Amino acid sequence: MSDILISPALKKTSLRLCGATEDSAFARKLLIFVALLFLLLFLFAPLVVVFIEATRKGLPAFLASFHETDALAAIRLTLIVAAISVPANLIFGLAAAWAIAKFSFPGKSLLITLIDLPFSVSPVVSGLVYLLVFGAQGLCGKWFSAQGIQIIFAVPGIVLATIFVTFPFVARELIPLMQEQGTVEEEAALTLGASGLRTFWTVTIPNIKWGLLYGVLLCNARAMGEFGAVSVVSGHVRGLTNTIPLQVEILYNEYNSVAAFAMAVLLASLALVTLGLKTFLEWKYADALSGRSRRH
Amino acid sequence: MINLSVDRQNAWRFRAPSVIPGFGITFGYTLLYLSLIVLFPLATLLWRSSELGFGGLYAVASEPRVAAALRTTFSLSFAAAFIDLIFGLIVAWVLTRYEFPGRRLFDAFVDLPFALPTAVAGISLAALYAPNGWFGAYLAEIGVKVAFTRLGILVALIFIGLPFVVRTVQPIIAELEIELEEASATLGAWRLQTILFVLLPPLVPALLTGFALAFARAIGEYGSVIFIAGNIAYISEIAPLLIVVKLEQYDFAGATAIASIMLAISFIALLVINLIQAWSRKRFGHV
Repeated sequence: MSDILISPALKKTSLRLCGATEDSAFARKLLIFVALLFLLLFLFAPLVVVFIEATRKGLPAFLASFHETDALAAIRLTLIVAAISVPANLIFGLAAAWAIAKFSFPGKSLLITLIDLPFSVSPVVSGLVYLLVFGAQGLCGKWFSAQGIQIIFAVPGIVLATIFVTFPFVARELIPLMQEQGTVEEEAALTLGASGLRTFWTVTIPNIKWGLLYGVLLCNARAMGEFGAVSVVSGHVRGLTNTIPLQVEILYNEYNSVAAFAMAVLLASLALVTLGLKTFLEWKYADALSGRSRRH
Repeated sequence: MINLSVDRQNAWRFRAPSVIPGFGITFGYTLLYLSLIVLFPLATLLWRSSELGFGGLYAVASEPRVAAALRTTFSLSFAAAFIDLIFGLIVAWVLTRYEFPGRRLFDAFVDLPFALPTAVAGISLAALYAPNGWFGAYLAEIGVKVAFTRLGILVALIFIGLPFVVRTVQPIIAELEIELEEASATLGAWRLQTILFVLLPPLVPALLTGFALAFARAIGEYGSVIFIAGNIAYISEIAPLLIVVKLEQYDFAGATAIASIMLAISFIALLVINLIQAWSRKRFGHV
């Protein structure tokens, strides 16, 4: 509006006044140059190099890497692990967000802090704690091995470690979002006679669906890409307990660079798709996502 | 009076009354799942390290190889977080305040270290900085060796920590009020004075938080570091790697000791972050 009211002459002076609150053209260009150079060297280059190294010996060699049985087994295991751990944390995230956002009770902020806890634990330590619980000398390890169930150095251990490191993703996206939305719409639905479940499906879910998708997206990316925690509990049995990141490590240490980077291309592509969808959601549905959780 | 009696009626209740159903089952499930997945395993670690006692913890921490790894981890994490602090501020400033082609794309790319699996970052950084790599070849000409040295660890930790600083500072830069700058300028301040005394102070809490987050992440980082570090004992070994080394030697007590030291450091970092944010809320009215 103010643009219309200000005469051209006045606008010129106000522009000059703006100049006092802006950096000089030189400083501006220098800062942009420094920032972009830093991003290109430190972020962009490592990404590009993955694709270049993978195709260094041509496309056939790159494609051949995916015909190895170990590679296929690693891909299958990664998909299985994500297919278990993401829904597990999704259900937990919904339950936790419902309890925390729709009700008031003492100790709530402590509970939120505890849910965030896995993010501040080193991945290697996350793997180690499961080793201490379920390992041969562990608390529950003896009981499980007596039942003939192997957890450590087997798929269940990998799933558990993945669930641990991806634990907070969905919950920490949903809790602030549902807190912002309050309980008014649910109360309206309930007073109009809807059942609790129907209220959840027809009122709550549509309100949180984009936030939910956002959380699931980040959770899935981490679940498929986790290395440290999974590395400790996996035992590195080829074709059995190797996920894609572990397969990358093995191939790289065997100096099979093309195959290692070919596996890495899968994960880098997953990262790019995740970033793309995430940016799209943030741009298109900014209002439907909570403002708090832009960092992880 | 009526209110009072209602209050008294509910005084023994755990949660405030509500018409919304499902508290019992969701709260119960939350507690159960949290306890089984997070609290019980972490408690096991604390219990195992308490068996060692302070003497045992100190004995492990003062083993020369462990002490060297802890020193490497802390000093390099600090240095990396500091470099992230400076460049993160510049990146956040440029992405928020200036308009230039490709700004959105660069903004999206800041999150890359969050999205890119650490093992992938690790091998690609190693390939970049290896003596025959893109950057490594040039750096070798001027006599700088990055891959398989401490400098390599630093590069990986800078990579992993950058988004923490940028994403913490960005919203605060966006909220800076132009009126303050105008007032400062009309009162005769140089641009540099405005930047140092008007623009920077409200950013300090966010910068400190970003620094602490980057530092905490760097201390625990494993995947992106081990490929480029070379892992030479006493020189370029990091603390998380030493946990893995101890586990491979079936030295569970040693691994537990290092893990609990690292866990303690992360909790202290978490506490410091919360204190900074509480102070910031009081001082500036935002986080």
